[in-house]
Parts: sequence; structure tokens; C-alpha cells
Amino acid sequence: MAEVLVYVDHVDGAVRKPTLELLTLARRIGEPVAVHLGAGADTAVATLAEHGAVKVLAADAPEFAEYLVAPKVDALQAAYEAVSPVAVLLPSSAEGKEIGARLAVRIGSGIITDAVDLEAGDEGPVATQSVFAASFTTKSRVTTGTPVITVKPNSAAPEAAPAAGQVEQLAVTVADSSKGTKIVSRTPRESTGRPELTEAAIVVSGGRGVNGAENFPVIEALADSLGAAVGASRAAVDAGWYPHTNQVGQTGKSVSPQLYIAAGISGAIQHRAGMQTSKTIVAINKDAEAPIFDLVDYGVVGDLFNVVPALTEEVKTRKG
Amino acid sequence: MSLRIVVCVKYVPDATGDRHFAEDLTVDRDDVDGLLSELDEYAVEQALQIKEAADDAEVTVLTVGPEDANDALRKALSMGADKGIHVEDDDLHGTDALGTSLVLAKAVEKAGFDLVVCGMASTDGTMGVLPALLAERLNVPQVTQLSEVAVDGGKVTGRRDGDTASEQLEASLPAVVSVTDQSGEARYPSFKGIMAAKKKPVESWELDDLDIDADEVGLEGAWTAVDGAAERPARTAGTIVTDEGEGGKQLAEFLAGQKFI
Repeated sequence: MAEVLVYVDHVDGAVRKPTLELLTLARRIGEPVAVHLGAGADTAVATLAEHGAVKVLAADAPEFAEYLVAPKVDALQAAYEAVSPVAVLLPSSAEGKEIGARLAVRIGSGIITDAVDLEAGDEGPVATQSVFAASFTTKSRVTTGTPVITVKPNSAAPEAAPAAGQVEQLAVTVADSSKGTKIVSRTPRESTGRPELTEAAIVVSGGRGVNGAENFPVIEALADSLGAAVGASRAAVDAGWYPHTNQVGQTGKSVSPQLYIAAGISGAIQHRAGMQTSKTIVAINKDAEAPIFDLVDYGVVGDLFNVVPALTEEVKTRKG
Repeated sequence: MSLRIVVCVKYVPDATGDRHFAEDLTVDRDDVDGLLSELDEYAVEQALQIKEAADDAEVTVLTVGPEDANDALRKALSMGADKGIHVEDDDLHGTDALGTSLVLAKAVEKAGFDLVVCGMASTDGTMGVLPALLAERLNVPQVTQLSEVAVDGGKVTGRRDGDTASEQLEASLPAVVSVTDQSGEARYPSFKGIMAAKKKPVESWELDDLDIDADEVGLEGAWTAVDGAAERPARTAGTIVTDEGEGGKQLAEFLAGQKFI
């Protein structure tokens, strides 16, 4: 059966959820072969096999951590040449897209980014994309070469499908020309203990109406009561109230959770672009005319400093 | 020797307009006003700051696009860029990201460069792959997604803030850089800048000037195809209540009904 390369996104062998979604989507097209670069393949293999990886190609080299992106392209190209897959899937992270793009040039193939769904088609995999701030849905195909497709988080529910997960070492030679951008230092982000924004089932976001960094704990308390991730609008991030890594919108993350709660966010196009594919949308805003109310399944016109704490208390009570 | 900076910019349909597709499923550029992609303003700004910090530097702004894309160049020139290059050719209609990167790479090489500066993504296609594609094609270091950037002593340094870590990067010139919207607010063109821009030189290049065949680009030359585009159905109107003391409870009731609590 045709093989599909899946690029594994992981932190020291802890496989991130979008990779499990990729494995699930890959099985619609062929047999997933996972490519694991860096330390931790021994740890990752069980998870990868459980989700359908027939093979795990593993390579570890110091260059992956010492230089930006290009050494990983060398490795993925080596995997491509070893396997001759029918498609290459990567997560739609900044790095995933960059690796995919460079691989596409090298292997003479078209690339599609930010797919939100993937199915097998008569002329190769068909990708669904959400474009123009999610106001249109398109169906696209790669017409030349081996399709390279990056897929957004939350595009599929990971399914267990135990497979052999046979580990093979992948021989990689990192070219000198791939050692151009040195990673001089790396500061890991401190964990908040909350779910990853793009992977979370529930996201609670605050905007201009939160009116100051000192008030964001109101948003965090609601998020924690629901086990949710915390997001912020561009206005809140630009004002310095919350980190940019939490920004939801066109220039931040796009999220597609089961439930999105927007507090004190007017709903400018910039923000809608990042959240309007959420399944259920709820908003709390003082201004009854705010455009966010055009999107909601349920909206409360009111002061978020009254409504949000009351909601948090009610959630805690109901959850016991 | 002068530091040669080339900024790649894109002319895009206004994101606040009613964007849609033309019959051939390319982006309709006729019915919506176009402008310099907002995210490229950050690239122009950082290029100008690098120039200001250097002894001797020149900023060339480069675009590939239809006739109106000249507006994007003029905006960048009025911000302070020194000259423009407009690659315009009827055969370019429908070119995908890979094809665009080929045209930009050839144009950057023809112009001569020490540093290429790009925005993090366009506001229409939003792929964010162009800088990496350019680095690959030009075979120079890729120093991308920077929230801080500086050039000194033939080296470019910068900070890349990722999801799991923040990285300090360094590469020798020549290199391709991309900057995020966190890199610093772009300046507004001054009246003087706008007037000066009218006199700044803009060269016009065609595919022939870059030794690119028509079949390498355009809709026919694209390695991807859009088979269909459908407007997303408007979300059905939801329930809106006004908080009169019970708003939090009412919301909890709704969430419980949807099994979120």
C-alpha cells in the first residue's frame, strides 16, 4: 500500500496532538510512516504506533537544535527519498510550513498549507482550506509532484489504530549550506499548565474590554474552571496586557475549538479570521452593536466584570 | 560598500472589504480596493531602521503583481525606501506561491542583494512560506519570523518567538529575513515623504528580463489547483440576552445545555 510521510512535532519525544491528527488523516490516503527528528524517538514510538504509524524513521543529530529549519529539511528529504511516499504531511506551525515549503522546492512538488480537512481523491489528496478570514472554503489539489500538505491543529479527531511502528534509523547528512542560521540560544517558554491554545477544546479570550493586564486573571479564572486555554485579541496584546503567543486572529493563532468564549472583544475582521470556524461561539460585551454578536450562538450584553465572575462561580458550582 | 537591502512586498485586496473569487478561482482583485499588505509595512519599517543604523545602505522595494501593485510600491517609497522594482507580466496571472518565489528569487538576484526582508505572511493568501522558499532558492540563510532584528558587521541577528521557545538567531549576510507584527509599529509616510516618492525611480521588469518562461508561472504553470470555492454559510443567529444580574447564570445554563459543563 502507498505510504504517506508524517512529520512528527514533539518535545523530546512527547508527541504533540496535531501529529496524532495527521496520522489519522494520513490513513485516509495510505499507510503512515512517521519521521521523528531529534531526541526521544524511543519514547514517541509507542504513541505513533498506537495511532497508525507502520514505520517510524528516526534520526538524531546535534544540527537539528543548532541550526534553524534547514537541517530538518535535509532529513525529511532523506526520508522522502528512502520511502517514495504518495504525500508528505506536516503540522501547520510556523516551522512545519517552512520545512514543507523548502522540501517542496527540492522535490519539485506543489505545496498546500493550512488544510482543515483532507480526503483521498481520484487525482490525489484533496485539501479543504478556510480562506479570506474563514468566509470561504476551498478544495485544492497538488497537481505536480508528490503533494506536500500542512494541516492545521484540530482538523481531525485523533483515532487509535494500532500498527507495527517499526523503528528504522534514517541516515541523514546535513549539508554545509544548511548550517547558515545558527540558533545561538533558546529560552523555553514557561508552561502555564493550561492546554495549548490551538489544541484546546475550549478557549476563553479577553479583549480591549478587559482594560488592563491586572484584570486578565478574571479571564484566566473562567478558563481554569472550564479547563480551557486563554486567548487575547490583538488590541489586548498590542496594549501589552497579554503575551503575543496567546493572540487569536489573523496575525496570531487561528483556533477552531468546540467552544469559544469572547469577553470584551468587539469582533473586528482581524479577530474573526482566527476564531470563526469554532463550533460554538459565545460572547460577552457591553456594546450590543459589537460585530462579534453576529457570530454568536449565545451572547450576553453586559459588563464582563459582572458576567464573567458570575459564570465562573456557576461553572464551579455545577462541576462540584 | 553599500548594504543592499531588498524588501519584498505584496499588493493585496483590503481585508476589511468583501473579498471573493473570480471565475477562474483566482483572487478577485477588481471589486475590492487593493493596498500594501499590512504585514509588509513591518518589513519596510525594519529595512528602513537597518538602513538608518548602517553607514551606507540602500533600500529597494520589490513587488510582483498587476499594474495597480504600483500603489504598494509608492506607499513603501513614501515611507522612505529609495527605489522600486515592479515585475509585471500578463502571464503571471494565477501564479502560486512556488511560482511567485521563483520570480522573486530571480528578481532579487538581478537587483543584487545583501539582505532580503519580507513580512511574516500576506494578508490574503496567509501561507507564510515565501521567505523560506526564497532562502531555499537563493541558497542563503533563512532568518525568519523575527520580532527583533539587527544587522552589524556583515551579520544579521534576531529573536524568533515560537510556541515552545524563544530563539536567538545569527547568520552571515547575504540572508533572507522575515519580521512579524511584533517587530515594531510601521511609520506613517510624511507629506514630504509622499511628495519625494513621486520622484523616486521604479523599474518595470517582465518575465523575459528574468529569463523565466511563461509556462513556469501563471495558472497553467501552478503546481497546485483550486477545484472549488464556496462561501461559508452565515452563522445562524444566536440568542442574545441583556445582563440584568442573571447574565452569568443564563450563560451557564446555555453551556450546560450544550454539555460543556
